Order: sequence, then C-alpha cells, then structure tokens
Amino acid sequence: MSKEITIPIGPQHPSLKEPGCFTITLDGEKVVKAVVGVGYNHRGLEKACEARTYIQDLYIIERVCGICSHTHSTAFCQAVEELAGVVIPRRAAYIRVIMAELERLHSHLLWLGIAGHEIGFDTLLMYSWRDREKVLDLLAMLGGNRVNYGINTPGGVRRDLEPQMAEDIKTVLDYIEEQNKYYIHLALSEATLAARLGGIGYLSRDDAIKYGSVGPVSRASGIPDDVRVIDQYAAYDDIPFDAITDDHCDVFGRAVVRVLEIMESIKIIRYALDNMPDSELVAKMPRRIPEGEVISRTEAPRGEDIHYIRANGTDKPDRVHVRAPSEANWHAMAHMLEGDYLADVPIIIAAIDPCYSCTDRAIVLQDSDSGKEKIWDWQGLRQYSIDFYKKRGFDASQIKVAEKKIII
Amino acid sequence: MAKNLIEKAIDWGRRKSPWIIHFNAGACNGCDIEVVDALTPRYDVERFGILQQGTPRHADVLVCTGAVTLQTKDRLKQIYEQMPEPKFVIAVGTCACTGGVFDGCYCVNGGIDSVIPVDVYLPGCAARPEAIIDAVNKLLASLEEQQKSEENTDE
Repeated sequence: MSKEITIPIGPQHPSLKEPGCFTITLDGEKVVKAVVGVGYNHRGLEKACEARTYIQDLYIIERVCGICSHTHSTAFCQAVEELAGVVIPRRAAYIRVIMAELERLHSHLLWLGIAGHEIGFDTLLMYSWRDREKVLDLLAMLGGNRVNYGINTPGGVRRDLEPQMAEDIKTVLDYIEEQNKYYIHLALSEATLAARLGGIGYLSRDDAIKYGSVGPVSRASGIPDDVRVIDQYAAYDDIPFDAITDDHCDVFGRAVVRVLEIMESIKIIRYALDNMPDSELVAKMPRRIPEGEVISRTEAPRGEDIHYIRANGTDKPDRVHVRAPSEANWHAMAHMLEGDYLADVPIIIAAIDPCYSCTDRAIVLQDSDSGKEKIWDWQGLRQYSIDFYKKRGFDASQIKVAEKKIII
Repeated sequence: MAKNLIEKAIDWGRRKSPWIIHFNAGACNGCDIEVVDALTPRYDVERFGILQQGTPRHADVLVCTGAVTLQTKDRLKQIYEQMPEPKFVIAVGTCACTGGVFDGCYCVNGGIDSVIPVDVYLPGCAARPEAIIDAVNKLLASLEEQQKSEENTDE
C-alpha cells in the first residue's frame, strides 16, 4: 500500500531565488497534490500608492518588479494619460516600445538561463547571462540604470534616443540575433533538451483558458493571446510583427515560444529604430487628474499586465490595483505540477517564469492559534483605527469621513 | 592563547573563500538578479573563491536583499540562526539598508537591521554587481584586520 508524504519546498530554497512556499504531497516520486503558498513578498504597495502623488507613485510602481519594471510603469502611465485625456507624442511611444522590447530580450534571456540551471545545464545559464549583460548595457545607456530604468513619466518619456545610441543598439542586436539562432537550434533540435522538457508541466488549451493563463504559458498552449496584438498600445499599431504560438502545451513549448519571441523582439526594435518619427518627448500633463476609473493593459515579458486606477480629482489616486502576469499564471501551477515527478517540480515552476514580487498583492491574516482566516470590511477597519487611537488618548470617532464608494 | 596552525588555516580559508547564501526578504527582484549577475561570466565572483550555497548551514555570509516584510521576518531570523559562527550579513540595496521606497508600508518591518545585525550596508537601487563585489571585498578586508588584531592581542 502506498503512503503519501508531504514535503514543504521554500520559502528559502536553493532552486527558488525568491520566497515562495510549495507544499507538495508525494506518492513515491509522483506529485499527487500541490499547494502554492505565496505572499512572502507582499509589501503593501497598492496602499502606499494611495498616499502619494502620481509622480511619486511612478517610483513605487517601477519597483513592483525589478525584471519587468518598464512594463509596469508603462501600464501605469498609460492609465494616468487616459484619465487626463492626454495623447503622448509619437516619438515617446516609439521609445517606450524600444525599451519594452529590450526588456523582453533581457527577461527571456534571463529565463533561458534559469531554465538551463534548473535542469542542470549550467553552461546555458552562463551563455545566456553573458549575452544578457550586453542588453543590460543598452538599457543602462538609454535609461541610466541597469534595473528600474525610470524612463517613463506621465505624458511621455524622460530621455531621448540619440542617433549614436541607435547604432550601438543595432550592433548589439546583430550579436544577440547570432547567439539566439544557436539557442533556437538548441531548443528545437537538441535531443537531451527535448527529452528533459517534453511532456512535463502539461497544460492543455482548454485548461489554459479555464485557469486564465497569460503570456508565453498560454501561447505555448496554442492561444494567440498577446496584448501587443489584441489591444495595441504605444506604437505597436505601426510595427509589423508576429505573435508566436506553439502547440506543445508543455515546458518545451514554453521554451520554444520564448526563444522565438526573442527574434520577434529584435525585429521590432530594428523597425522602430528605422522608422522613429521626430517629435516632442513629453506632452503637458495636468497635476490634478480628473475623476474616473480606468484599466490599462500592457504585454509584459511574462504576459498580460493589468493596472487599474480610480482617480478622485486630486493629485493622488483613490485606488491603484496591479494584476501582474505571474499572478494569473499561478492558478494553473497546482494543476501543472500534479501527476509529474518531484525532480520536475523546479523546472515546471520556473517554466512560467514566476515573479513573486509581482504576484504578492494581498495576504490573508490567519490567527496563529485557531488557524482561522480573518477578513476585515471597511467598517471593521475604521473601528479598529478608532480603538487604536483611543488607547493612545485621541478620540477619532467624532471625525466625519466621506462615504467610501466601493466598487467591486 | 595564540592561534594554532589549524585555526590559522580556517581563518585563511574564511578570508579567501567565503561562501554566500542569498535570501530575498521582500525585494522587488532588482537586487536579486544583480546578485545572481555577479555570479555569471562578466563579473564572475567565483574567481575570488566566492561560492553560492543553497543552505544556510554551509554559508559564511548572508547576502540579504529587500525590505523585510512581516511574512519573511521570522524566516529571516531562522535562516540567520541556522548559519554557523562566525557569520556575516550584507544588506544589498537601499530597501535592505533602510526600507527604501517601501518604508512605512503596512506590511514592511523596515531594513534588514530591524531583524538581524548587519555588517555591511550597500545602498543602491538596484545595487550594481561591481558594488556587490566591492561590499564582499570590504567585508573580507575588515575580517582580515580583525583576525590580525585578535592574533596580536593574544600574543
């Protein structure tokens, strides 16, 4: 008779660079049940955004995630611009596209290395991270920093792209393209890689839709789900490119989608550099953003990134919500892990390119004695704050607060 | 009591080949990829004998990134306690030093030093790999001085 064992993986674990806890129930070597525990990285930045002005928020939003910081700030700026009714200059839109694609290059190369590391192919890690350094140099040249470039501002971009920079970018792109051809060859024809990655972490097309997967995960299951195509933003409506899909539905498919996407990104950057119009960089933005609510979408390297902003007519937002792509992909994770072997768990987790700092938007308070979950509503929270200050000798119960509109 | 040969050899080994463990206490990932970056070909800290370890029980230096969130607070303490003596902590990035942009958030405890003692503070958002190498270097230099002064006072 078989006996099931439960083992926790994380929050600190050699194969995970960020804190996340997976409780895995095993029958022999097979995973029968997987519970994903995230929330270690929850910092409360949505609440922090409410206390700061839109310009200050930009610095918080960039630090949602250090790998895809540009896509978050683009989504945030787009939302603010839409609320204010401002159209950004065309050149700024092109610079945003170039930054976004360079970011995708560095993120996909990073993923390729991590994937190689998880399957014990450390040479690939060293190769792709060496190439990635060159992309980081470009990002540092354009934005002034290797991580968190700070190039976006509501109404446009903060730095221009000089002609010499365009030349430098093209030189590096030639190099990356040459290297990436080798990676494509490796991904598509190397027998050991196909044998190691093929068939694990299976997620069928129907399941991908059911669990709401986004980005390379859903595209590897044959769903042409790319925000750059279905809801074009910035300058993507001008630029010809293909959305990559694959029908392997497994980790191998996800690797193929990513290496082919690197090629598309190179194509996009080249086209954008050659066809960049001349114009201003920033459109004038009002300091107070008119009342309203808006949803803005961008295609992050990991998938669809959604930002929601509710403005109340002041210089601070009333509510900011970030739905990062990794958050959408976690829901399919338990399903992908179940039925696979324990040795495949790290690479299946890595295959969605998880970003815990993106994901952790909420935590659930759990009573340490009873284990019960606790949820506070608005009145409860207010009562708590009144009691809190009463103990310190200040009675806040007489202060009138505006009726909070809660839209869910 | 003067140090015997074996103790001296251990001191030397600790100076020449510190093993590090990396823990993300709630960072945005920016400093974490820079820490991993320092291990890959361009910066390649392995040539200085610095090796990343998977478990705190094998590590000398805890490289810690990010503002400490309430969730990771206890884990960080546990990891620090699991490390063998003597142990050192490097706080990488502005968030790890002071809390950075997240200071004051309801779920953030503060910098790393609000939970465990820190030896080297490395500001920067994100801290560059060169700076990370420099931080480890400075730590080793201070360790060497400390070891020398110990030997001198012993005699």
